[in-house]
Amino acid sequence: MDESAEIVSDGGHEAAAAAAIMDTDNGLVEEEKNTDVKVAPALISVHPFEKSVVVAVGSELRLFDLEGDCSVSLKDDSGGPFHSDAIRAITFGAKGRLFVSAGDDKLVKIWATSSWHCARSVSADKRVSAVAISHNGKYVAFADKFGVIWLITLDEDDANQSKVDNKAVPILGHYCSIVTRLEFSPDDRFIASSDRDFKIRITAFPKRPLKGALEIQSFCLGHKDYVSCLSFAHPLGYDHGFLFSGGGDSTVRLWDFFSGLLLATCEVGAKAELLQSTGTKDSYPPVTDLCSSFDGTIIAVAIQSLHGIVLLNCDFSDRTLSVAKVVTLEENYFPTSLASSTFTQRMWTIMGASNHLTPSTTQLPTRIRVISGYCKDRSNDNGYGPTVLEDSEVPGSQKLLSHLQGSPDVTKEDTALAAAAEAVKVSMRNMLIKKEYTLDKRELRKRNRNDRKLR
Amino acid sequence: MSSNADTAQAKSRSGRLPRKRFYRARAHSNPLSDSHFPIPIGPADFDYCHHYPYFFAPGSGGRSDGDAPPRKVRFADIGCGFGGLLVGLSPLFPDTLMLGMELRDKVTEYVKERILALRASNPGHYENISVVRTNSMKYLPNYFEKGQLSKMFFLFPDPHFKEKNHRRRVISLQLLDEYAYALEVGGIIYTITDVEELGDWMRSCLEDHPLFGAVPEEELELDPVVKLLSSATEEGQKVARNGGQTFRAVYRRIKLEEE
Repeated sequence: MDESAEIVSDGGHEAAAAAAIMDTDNGLVEEEKNTDVKVAPALISVHPFEKSVVVAVGSELRLFDLEGDCSVSLKDDSGGPFHSDAIRAITFGAKGRLFVSAGDDKLVKIWATSSWHCARSVSADKRVSAVAISHNGKYVAFADKFGVIWLITLDEDDANQSKVDNKAVPILGHYCSIVTRLEFSPDDRFIASSDRDFKIRITAFPKRPLKGALEIQSFCLGHKDYVSCLSFAHPLGYDHGFLFSGGGDSTVRLWDFFSGLLLATCEVGAKAELLQSTGTKDSYPPVTDLCSSFDGTIIAVAIQSLHGIVLLNCDFSDRTLSVAKVVTLEENYFPTSLASSTFTQRMWTIMGASNHLTPSTTQLPTRIRVISGYCKDRSNDNGYGPTVLEDSEVPGSQKLLSHLQGSPDVTKEDTALAAAAEAVKVSMRNMLIKKEYTLDKRELRKRNRNDRKLR
Repeated sequence: MSSNADTAQAKSRSGRLPRKRFYRARAHSNPLSDSHFPIPIGPADFDYCHHYPYFFAPGSGGRSDGDAPPRKVRFADIGCGFGGLLVGLSPLFPDTLMLGMELRDKVTEYVKERILALRASNPGHYENISVVRTNSMKYLPNYFEKGQLSKMFFLFPDPHFKEKNHRRRVISLQLLDEYAYALEVGGIIYTITDVEELGDWMRSCLEDHPLFGAVPEEELELDPVVKLLSSATEEGQKVARNGGQTFRAVYRRIKLEEE
């Protein structure tokens, strides 16, 4: 019974209050509260036509406008504060017209990208773990750490703006499980949600979704550990399209999401030869993020201990997933988030973390590396190439990098970044993987249970 | 402990029913907790040979005759407790596979031993029922494919009286999505309780959910299963002994109405 505490015992200062909400008729043993500092990975998101790049690290949102070649400060006059705690999910949507950010401060902020003005600020009941925008721009979905998925309606009509409720409506749920990703299918007919309990649920997204998304299309079951990332792909010539997923079991899988059938599995950790021995167990590191080209033939994968990314080839007719290339970046660079623009064939990667141990006066450092040409160029015979761009070759170069990386001289930040990477690893592991206790420890924890009847 | 388990198994194989007092368990269990019991990756990984050896002798692949497709579980008893309903249903539908799902460890062990004892003392009978220890609120899709079940049972579920614990109730709008997924269109969900407030709650959840429609009284009177709801289980018998009232809600899985 005490094990439910681990869902919230990621050590945040509000752990006591949050844990109390979860399970108050237990005497919770807060043994790990102080050693686990809650650390969130740095995130990067790119406008579909590469008009702008956004980085979220800790509670900061940093934005660079590539069209205007300048950094932009976000405008927020919807009344509420900017994010006051770690941002956990960001995404562009509706063909780049909208941008959403949400996280541990229980706020979902919806930004109009034309003016970078915060159009809506919605408060959530619990900390938000995933967000998605419908492709038609009408809805924003977000999921909380308790497994409930909520929907916000965006009304285009200004006349109705004042009447529109700032409340979100729950539409479906993964029972008591942290939802790790949310994605709308390219035609908005389905919404995919993945969770910490190895499951992916595909639900039909109805025309009037506010009454709930109750028709489950399928469950994609096959992962042997938490599912960390999802991406839809709709190559030409196929009715329904496909889904890619990556997980804590170090695999990337291809699904026919309409039927829930697992079509192919690629053991990326094994293929990239990343075997690790931790104590008595041998395991491969988890997949942290993935990004697919629009037609789904190339998938870029970030794995926790790999200083680089793995590029996979997907053949839909053969139903195979194979490693095309491992792009290696410098020794201590472990990407925490990926974003791509199929339009320019550039893959943006970032490394960094929110880290409460560093003094709050300095900005949190991040490091960005860009890979160009990641989609296969069949017409080019002499090694198509994903090439890693030098800092000077990155679009926006120094201006962009100094604004988004948060520190003028990144080489000094190497140790801070390495420490941050390690902290993120531990934090993710604690949040998403069930703790296993020895028999003795379990008995000890049971003794602290506080639900005995008084005689 | 292992020597106890061995003697228990030996006893049940000889047909002696297990004694409840050796399987003492608390009445409540926390469905929010993540316990460490094995779960099949998907419905195809469910071990039919282990649970229903009579129908799935290794090598036969579960085919009873000719090219008939392999049997699948069709009735699920969610929170089956000490197995009373399964034992009552087994002879009524001898060719239908039924599975009980129970969260409590010791209670599941008891039911296993009970079924083994019944099989030993009634050769050829009770081969269609089995039990698995699992959290059905989290892992139902791991056991059943879409539309696999024709009946689901929720007998005397934990009422979770406090408002803050209502989310632990086994019937809720959110979970009904998953039950609708596992049930075939036309499949029936049976619920019964002796707690009036819970009875109202379950009935209104089912009434409000667009994928479920009430089964008319006339039909319930003709259904042989309905009588078992209040009489087959230990909980039901206790309620009857105490002269308590029961509250029943039986609904059918329907297709979503087109707009």
